[in-house]
Amino acid sequence: MKKAHRAYLAFSLLLALLVFGFSTPRPHPPEPKLPEKSKSTAAELTPEQAFDLMMEVLTHKRCVNCHPADDYPRQGEDSHIHNFGVQRGPDNHGVAALQCQTCHQSENNNHAGVPGAPEWSLAPRKMAWQGLTRVEIARSMLNPENNGGRTLEETVHHLTEHELVLWAWEPGVDANGTPREKPPVPKAEYIKAVKTWAAGGAPIPEE
Amino acid sequence: MTISFNINGQPTSLEVDGDTPLLWVVRDMLDLKGTKFGCGKAACGACTLHVDGKAVRSCSYAVKYADGKNITTIEGLSNGDQLHPVQQAWMEEIVPQCGYCQPGFMMATAALLSEIPNPTDEDIDNNIVNVCRCATYYRMRKAIHRAAGLQSKNAKNQPS
Ligand code: FES
Ligand code: FES
Repeated sequence: MKKAHRAYLAFSLLLALLVFGFSTPRPHPPEPKLPEKSKSTAAELTPEQAFDLMMEVLTHKRCVNCHPADDYPRQGEDSHIHNFGVQRGPDNHGVAALQCQTCHQSENNNHAGVPGAPEWSLAPRKMAWQGLTRVEIARSMLNPENNGGRTLEETVHHLTEHELVLWAWEPGVDANGTPREKPPVPKAEYIKAVKTWAAGGAPIPEE
Repeated sequence: MTISFNINGQPTSLEVDGDTPLLWVVRDMLDLKGTKFGCGKAACGACTLHVDGKAVRSCSYAVKYADGKNITTIEGLSNGDQLHPVQQAWMEEIVPQCGYCQPGFMMATAALLSEIPNPTDEDIDNNIVNVCRCATYYRMRKAIHRAAGLQSKNAKNQPS
């Protein structure tokens, strides 16, 4: 009886270890919340639905923080003006001796909490999105006068393949070690949505 | 991984984890203690040095990026015995108080003067955003203008 009791105790301990020992809660970034409409796959969306899904991303702070309407990058989840009065500079890479690359390199630095990606810079002034509606952003994005002369195909390439754009889904941690918020649509869904929207003639809804 | 670079003119090769901050390498492996650690988050500028002539905050710069590059720290700013105009001006204006932040400011200033030889006050405000907890900013501003003057005087005196 005693032996059986001990065996039972050992078994319970092992079970507890298995259940709790390996399920110690670890801090991890919250999973991006999928909007209702994206529960079907993006490939099945109409171009109009794809537009909505794409805009969930393009109006997110991970994009807009670097598309400001003035000469100051934004940062953080509250999109505050970049600390230290950091400025756009003549070529969107900062001023003469305070370039983006003084602090930002081609990868996130999760020790320091400094984000990084290749070509880290602000979007040109003409590509300002801050304060625009979704429709205004789309019109601006398709206007060669604002988008650096890009064709639709080139715009899709920028939106779906540019490493700096895709950084939004690998945003690393901030200076306190807290993971930065990701856009509300998973990357693969977003890419499909952009392509579906473009393939459907890139329709922009009426305001 | 093996990383090779020139530091203050000396070719150097190291076996090191590529993600180690350059500041750690400079201070702890190469024993160059002039570059300081302040925040470790690219916020204060105490760790500023030059990589290929550009100001970089070395606490947030993984050493792997330095491979094949030229690094200058405060120890290598002078030209042998001839002080850099920034060092000369800093002495003449008696800028430092505790001194901790000063190498970073001097390296940031040297980078500024190589881009903008005669900076205005606005240029100084826009480009030099390091932090000095002793608040020596007023003397630094004077020293930056003085360094610009010394630099242009030196340039005029160079045999052409
Ligand atoms: S120690 Fe590098 S910026 Fe503060
Ligand atoms: S002189 Fe003390 S921190 Fe600047």
